[in-house]
Amino acid sequence: MTAKDKVGAVMVVGGGISGMQSSLDLAESGFKVYLVDNKPTIGGAMAQLDKTFPTNDCSMCIMAPKLVEVGRHENIEIVTNADVSSVAGDVGNFTVTLTKNPRRVDEELCTGCGICSLKCPVEAIDMYNEGLMARAAIYVDYPQAVPLKFHIDKERCIGCGICEGECPADAILYDQAEELMKINVGSIILSPGFDEFDPTPLREYGYGRYPNVVSSIEFERMLSASGPFRGIVMRPSDGKVPEKVAFIQCVGSRDEHIGHNYCSSVCCMHAIKEAMIAQEHTPGLSSHIFFMDIRAFGKEFDDYVTRAQDEFGIGITRGNRVADISQDPNTKDLQVRYIEGGNIRYERFNLVVLSVGLHAPRTAKDLSAAFDIELNQYNFVDTKTFAPLETNVPGIYASGAFSGPKDIPTTVAEASGVAAKAAADIHEARNTMLSDVQLPPERDVLGEEPRIGVFVCHCGINIGGVVDVPEVMEYATTLPNVVFSDANLYTCSQDTQERIREKVEEHNLNRVIVASCTPRTHEPLFRNTVREAGLNPYLFEMANIRDQCSWVHMHEHEAATLKSKELVRMAVAKARLLEPLEKASIPVTPRALVIGGGVSGMTAALDIADQGFTTYLVEREKKLGGIARRLYSTIRGDNVKAEVEQMAIRVKEHPNIELFLGAEVDYIDGTVGNFLTMLTGQTQVIEHGVVVIATGGEEYEPDEYLYGKDERVVTQLQFEEELAKTKAKNLPSTAVFIQCVGCRNEERPYCSRVCCGSTVKQALLLKGKCPEAQVFVLYRDLRTYAFKEDAYREAAEAGVIFIRFAKDMEPKVSKGRPKDGPLEVIIYEELLEENILIDADRIILAAAILPPEGNERLAQLLKLPLSKDRFFLEAHMKLRPLDFATDGVFLAGLAHSPKYIDESMAQASGAAARAVTILSRDTLLAEGVISVIDADMCTGCGTCIELCPYNAIERTEDDKAHVVEVLCKGCGICAASCPERAIDIRGFTSEQIIAQMSSVMNGGGM
Amino acid sequence: MNPIAEGSGGKKAATAEGFEPRVIIFACNWCSYSGADLAGTSRYQYSPNVRIIRVMCSGRVDPSLILKALRNGADGVMVSGCHPADCHYINGNQKAEVRVSFLKRFLPHVGIDPRRLGLEWISGSEGELFAKIATSFTEEIRELGPNPLTGDDVPEVR
Repeated sequence: MTAKDKVGAVMVVGGGISGMQSSLDLAESGFKVYLVDNKPTIGGAMAQLDKTFPTNDCSMCIMAPKLVEVGRHENIEIVTNADVSSVAGDVGNFTVTLTKNPRRVDEELCTGCGICSLKCPVEAIDMYNEGLMARAAIYVDYPQAVPLKFHIDKERCIGCGICEGECPADAILYDQAEELMKINVGSIILSPGFDEFDPTPLREYGYGRYPNVVSSIEFERMLSASGPFRGIVMRPSDGKVPEKVAFIQCVGSRDEHIGHNYCSSVCCMHAIKEAMIAQEHTPGLSSHIFFMDIRAFGKEFDDYVTRAQDEFGIGITRGNRVADISQDPNTKDLQVRYIEGGNIRYERFNLVVLSVGLHAPRTAKDLSAAFDIELNQYNFVDTKTFAPLETNVPGIYASGAFSGPKDIPTTVAEASGVAAKAAADIHEARNTMLSDVQLPPERDVLGEEPRIGVFVCHCGINIGGVVDVPEVMEYATTLPNVVFSDANLYTCSQDTQERIREKVEEHNLNRVIVASCTPRTHEPLFRNTVREAGLNPYLFEMANIRDQCSWVHMHEHEAATLKSKELVRMAVAKARLLEPLEKASIPVTPRALVIGGGVSGMTAALDIADQGFTTYLVEREKKLGGIARRLYSTIRGDNVKAEVEQMAIRVKEHPNIELFLGAEVDYIDGTVGNFLTMLTGQTQVIEHGVVVIATGGEEYEPDEYLYGKDERVVTQLQFEEELAKTKAKNLPSTAVFIQCVGCRNEERPYCSRVCCGSTVKQALLLKGKCPEAQVFVLYRDLRTYAFKEDAYREAAEAGVIFIRFAKDMEPKVSKGRPKDGPLEVIIYEELLEENILIDADRIILAAAILPPEGNERLAQLLKLPLSKDRFFLEAHMKLRPLDFATDGVFLAGLAHSPKYIDESMAQASGAAARAVTILSRDTLLAEGVISVIDADMCTGCGTCIELCPYNAIERTEDDKAHVVEVLCKGCGICAASCPERAIDIRGFTSEQIIAQMSSVMNGGGM
Repeated sequence: MNPIAEGSGGKKAATAEGFEPRVIIFACNWCSYSGADLAGTSRYQYSPNVRIIRVMCSGRVDPSLILKALRNGADGVMVSGCHPADCHYINGNQKAEVRVSFLKRFLPHVGIDPRRLGLEWISGSEGELFAKIATSFTEEIRELGPNPLTGDDVPEVR
């Protein structure tokens, strides 16, 4: 196919968080996106969640800005209610035929006002709320839905015609028929997500028979402020608030009997989160979780488990699956039967939550047939370790839970990763299918008296449950220059953006205030809205009455209401003084610097270079490959050496990659779009627009278990080499693997994620080579998540003996007697309740993955934060896993946290996609918040020039200080130090700050 | 006259009972303000007396702004920024530290207990710390009682 036949558009099938992220990355990189969902609205599973682990962020709150961004992006076309019928063509030029099922409401005409739903006489089951409440037959799933268009449930509609009569927009189309659509795209991304397991067939747990046994997703809705019980934990049988709740793990997962041997990866953390949130919502509630293993393998997940136990007192039992549940017919309480320490135990609970597994989506087989893609035995997409995002069909990629159960940040990283792959196929056609943005001209408000509109948000019950929102709204109207105020259920929803625009026009507003959550997440969204309303985006101010009021004064309704009023008053005081700000435009240097030449760095470099951008790859060693050079195989049997070698050859031969081996970053300066870097041993200054950090990790050198004192004690990486290079007859006949060496302890509380899988792999390899060898694995929680569980089962069946030990019951290793005899390992066996002795001739330590020491220096050079465990800390743990708060710098691989090769590669591809969102632009707009110097007041003393950390202030010919706008980052250090008060910070002027402070003093309501 | 800035600003009842301190915390956008947000998402409860003013960097907080706050009736002012070496603007927090320690030496000369001015480093991952500091600082100010000086008692700063 020639370049001109390539189509500059991508189809994304599935509009959950994965599809949304892919769409945004592609749309921001110059491609047209068709986002297809088979439901009437996008949002996917994340829209149903109340909170997310491990930060307990409100799910809808962090997702809503993305929903809105997708909904309003000029390069994204959302196609809802559509199924894929067939596909023709090849990579670069596919034609996809969609069947668009009738919504029975005209999408163009429907305003989402909801009158139809209020008048509809039908009560139907609300599946968004997991059947726990009713809705009308004409409905939207949730108030922030995108697109906010109503939908008629044809199964339940009785055709009475009331909605048709009531609809002010005449949007009802009872007879709308299905429609075929043909769409031409260059590449395709599949991200249909997952379906949860239906536990009804597992009769032993009584789901469907005992009313107080619910699934984890039902419980999620019960916890949600917008859910059936408005966030109050109640028993479905009698509405009573429970005192004791049990969570039962691995329901529909790790269960070979039902054909689902794999681990669903997220349920352990999900249950811990639900237990924490439930206890928060219900004082006095105690919860207990029955685990098989606690699989808290993600970044800072173990800290979360510790917090659940220590701070929330959440009870934990681990080791076995719960045997069964029986119900007391009178009280509807539930008795849980389980095994602990070899004994059968019973415990009574008022409510039981089944942590149901993640299954391949019901549409998997249809998609497989339509796109001709291969699925694995569990109906997930069969991706490969070294091609974690690719399906078997060139040009078609898979992201998120469709290629295996995974959590949100892993999904988001993959979603960006597939965007890089899909873009590389058609990069020649970039910017060929875009639509122009038509923004109304900016209204000149200079000289106008401020006319302020205040929009107060209920945020479901996040604010409204604590703060008297109508009172705050009323109060706002009494403030000077406020000419309009409003209260919204969710101010961030798409319909409210429309409403804000309307009100700006209707009341001729020239300042807008939103009193809701934090400007850190929502300011960009509202600024866009304000701009679309024809105002300068800086004529906007937020009052944070949620994160810094309702959530931190949950039990003080009056004080919180009073404080909210003050916060609004402070915002008004500042808003009256706001001025329109202009942004300088910065040209972008369309080249990338990738730091680290391991698997992650090489992948990122290749994916950026494949999109046509020059990439500098720096590796401090003389050879590419990083820590992967010490690996020989994966749990799936890949030849790591050969794969890494192949990747290195591609890097070396790539025309767009310039490689620097044996070099390190010596000095780096600049900001997004334009960095300057000096490398050690190089005279050339590298100019680039973005940085990808892929500095990898190191293996911990243990001082435990006689390591270094007896050569029969080795680390996993040492044993990897021994297994690959030693003849079977020389391999140990008794090997003991000890897990969690140097991590999950006080010094390093984190889990190194890959060790359990590697141990199982090595145990199987040893058993394969020497079937008679005795192999023991001593572990704390065996974390073979997702499909790695199959290898765990295989190892157990091959005779590998797995023995669990508790944190303070570590095995003891000693040199046996006589001196040349075997090593002695003593371990307490929990089921036998006694110590057992193993004579071992090899002990393999699962040594922790450490962040490399160079991280500290790089972090300082680039002003990047490190996590408490000294890995790089991303901008947001859930939804911005590859970005930093500092624009233009991205993160991948072990530098982020320990992970497997395929996960590192997916992240690296994702970092590449994020980088290209910048590289593919000619110019970026500078910040509006920058320093401004009044030349008339400046005496040219030079204090600011000396203090500016960015050398952004220069001396003019007439001896005055002058700000170089694109270099200024708006910190305000100059303003605070100018002896003449000649400097101010736009958007944070002294006058504005003083007005805010004075308004605090005024009310006396503190 | 600015109807918002105009206010009682006068002395509050000096009785310990019923005294609710007015506390202003200047929080830098990158660390301390996000720490305060995290206190919210993690639901760490703290004293409702606190009013946060967002600035991009603790280095933005001009001593004259602190004096203005104390002069206009704040009972306590705290400057909070990123931990040393974590400053998003390289070293703005060091500058804040110098300014605050200088001001603390100056305050007794105008009759203000220097304990009414605080400086704390709170990172974006320290929601719990933010809540603890907000509460303990408020309580410390409550012990000190109402700010005896307001309005004309404190020299006007340009």
